[in-house]
Amino acid sequence: MAAIFQGVGAAATLSSSPSNSFDSNNSFLSPPRSFSVGKGASFSVIRSGGILNLNSKGRRAQQLISNAVATKADSAAVSSSSKPGHELLLFEALQEGLEEEMDRDLRVCVMGEDVGHYGGSYKVTKGLAKKFGDLRVLDTPIAENSFTGMGIGAAMTGLRPVVEGMNMGFLLLAFNQISNNCGMLHYTSGGQFTIPIVIRGPGGVGRQLGAEHSQRLESYFQSIPGIQMVACSTPYNAKGLMKAAIRSENPVILFEHVLLYNLKERIPDEDYICNLEEAEMVRPGEHVTILTYSRMRYHVMQAAKTLVNKGYDPEVIDIRSLKPFDLYTIGNSVKKTHRVLIVEECMRTGGIGASLTAAITENFNDYLDAPIMCLSSQDVPTPYAGTLEEVTVVQPAQIVTAVEQLCR
Amino acid sequence: MAFSAATANFNPLNTPSLRSHDNHLVTSVSPSPFFGSTAKLRLSSSPKFNVHRRSGSVVAVSEAVKEKKPKSTPNLLITKEEGLELYEDMVLGRAFEDMCAQMYYRGKMFGFVHLYNGQEAVSTGFIKLLKQQDSVVSTYRDHVHALSKGVPARAVMSELFGKTTGCCRGQGGSMHMFSREHNLLGGFAFIGEGIPVATGAAFTSKYKREVLKEVDCDHVTLAFFGDGTCNNGQFYECLNMAALWKLPIVFVVENNLWAIGMSHLRSTSDPQIYKKGPAFGMPGVHVDGMDVLKVREVAKEAISRARRGEGPTLVECETYRFRGHSLADPDELRDPAEKSRYTARDPITALKKYIIESNLASEAELKAIDKKIDEVVEDAVEFADESPVPPRSQLLENVFADPKGFGIGPDGRYRCEDPKFTQGTAHV
Repeated sequence: MAAIFQGVGAAATLSSSPSNSFDSNNSFLSPPRSFSVGKGASFSVIRSGGILNLNSKGRRAQQLISNAVATKADSAAVSSSSKPGHELLLFEALQEGLEEEMDRDLRVCVMGEDVGHYGGSYKVTKGLAKKFGDLRVLDTPIAENSFTGMGIGAAMTGLRPVVEGMNMGFLLLAFNQISNNCGMLHYTSGGQFTIPIVIRGPGGVGRQLGAEHSQRLESYFQSIPGIQMVACSTPYNAKGLMKAAIRSENPVILFEHVLLYNLKERIPDEDYICNLEEAEMVRPGEHVTILTYSRMRYHVMQAAKTLVNKGYDPEVIDIRSLKPFDLYTIGNSVKKTHRVLIVEECMRTGGIGASLTAAITENFNDYLDAPIMCLSSQDVPTPYAGTLEEVTVVQPAQIVTAVEQLCR
Repeated sequence: MAFSAATANFNPLNTPSLRSHDNHLVTSVSPSPFFGSTAKLRLSSSPKFNVHRRSGSVVAVSEAVKEKKPKSTPNLLITKEEGLELYEDMVLGRAFEDMCAQMYYRGKMFGFVHLYNGQEAVSTGFIKLLKQQDSVVSTYRDHVHALSKGVPARAVMSELFGKTTGCCRGQGGSMHMFSREHNLLGGFAFIGEGIPVATGAAFTSKYKREVLKEVDCDHVTLAFFGDGTCNNGQFYECLNMAALWKLPIVFVVENNLWAIGMSHLRSTSDPQIYKKGPAFGMPGVHVDGMDVLKVREVAKEAISRARRGEGPTLVECETYRFRGHSLADPDELRDPAEKSRYTARDPITALKKYIIESNLASEAELKAIDKKIDEVVEDAVEFADESPVPPRSQLLENVFADPKGFGIGPDGRYRCEDPKFTQGTAHV
């Protein structure tokens, strides 16, 4: 659908990337800005959450931002001359990524509860057991600590398992294995054993799932040394991150969100990955930097609609890499706008936002014109009642108010 | 019949709590037949012993096994080479651990050090039957497992001294012995934590055979752990999964009766651990862990069962640690009478006696081995002493297999490209 224009200022960050798919298995001296630029990767419609398709009433005439989501296309890629790609839902994108990696490398296998015959509780592994067999898509008994440990043992001895937590919250039971073995074993063995494992699953606040099924484990895992954490938010980056995580030699925890599985998007046909350590520029802007990830991205984009109408020009960055933070993209943005708002779904205390605030203050304090604002969920067990649940997470109206406050 | 002298002593324990288990132990069980043999494990102790026993049935394992073997003329369970190999391995284990204690008290190593004295028969009995590609997973009491598996004494001692030439570059320590070359998958500090890892290694073996089509992959994994671990969830979860998928693994319980200061009998509703195997559909075997030949016989069968693809086995080895739980443990709770009973069943003395009495080797040959081992251990200490300590630059090296995991710094470059990283002075 959309022909997409970028704001002039923002073009620099994206067009500097070479347009090849980046293979993270190669030497780490490859240029950091090598985004996964697929041809024809122009975003069209994202059906849930905010879409901007308006004529900007921005203060500066150069900015013609007709789509809230920045394009991944650089000068070489324009929709008409390249492959159109194909449309699918986020869970299908995850499945596609997983299937392609399993086709590519026989050592990739999946383990988890109901991943096989049932096809996964969110259908991410649908059809895979039929195709690859019961051993490659292993239905485990309900024993998170042990099957995660089993995945780690398998990773140490040569396989590349993808462990699914049916709900991220269940992985609390696997904390022993994730912290001690997944994170630390490479170090305590003096580098002898690698753990190329991917631990993934849906988390976050859903629709009245109750406190225990609505947990955000990224804040609990972030201190574990030796692991990487990424959060996907669109079909494009879901597939890209899944593939990158599987190919990575490090243990990676991939956070998905229960409410985002049915997002639809058109993604490229060809092979691509998304760099695990990079953040994603969603909407370039000038007035304020809004850092977010996962579902809150959509609340932010919805708020952005309102903000643009009110004359603000927010820059929205989906940080994607929760550990480590992409300080380059974030830093460049802070240096430009001088104001930061963090919007996250984690709890207020000890969440990703708290760490991000500290990191930005440490590194970019001189560039800030105002204190960093952080909007997080309340430190409350997520209530069942819909009205209460709505109030525990950050809503677009709060984001608008916060930006107005920041930009005063 | 091997070892009758050493093993018929089925000495009662004086723990009061045992009384409640009286009847239970006497009316023991014919446990599920060990791999199809119809021989029942029988009580071997004479009736004059009262019921205060550790476990009801024992030890007729060698009989069960023997029934399968065609009897050849000499009634010996091992050849001379095997005997000397076993002897050497056990003496190495003992001498090494004794040296560790000395070095600890001299301030060469620190932290928690758990010694294996007294339990050598289990390690030697099992691990000496393995190939290099078979895997071993241990606990924090892992020095001797490492040595038996083939990790050089020098590498283990350096690791204990925290030197960079240690098997884990000094980063693991006493409780985290790893060796990729020898397939020693650790060294784990929390109990039970290694069992799922062992299950995973066994899973890989099965996967290699069935998915990757490496048809002659028959690698077996041994998981060693103690009696305390047998009350932990991970143990049961893994017994279930291993039996469910018929993984090539052997679960070896080193039941030394004590989990630091907690007696096995005070913490376990049914202290007979081997009985828990049949509950999951695998054979459970109890063996005298102070007798290396008996352990070896059981191990042979359990390991070949796994190699043939018949699934896991649970082996409970009745053993004892002569020292405290760790070098920091004053070891005041254990009854000296109990200790002396087990010291009398020292596996090394017993094997030595067997070798000499069966004319497999002379006393002189055994003494030569003793001397050789002393030299090996001395050399290990010297090597460790002379090895360098890890330089600061080593700090950040093995945190990630792919150091891009440290992320992108404010200047746009990956942080691992920063020279401060290689110097180890960068802050992460």
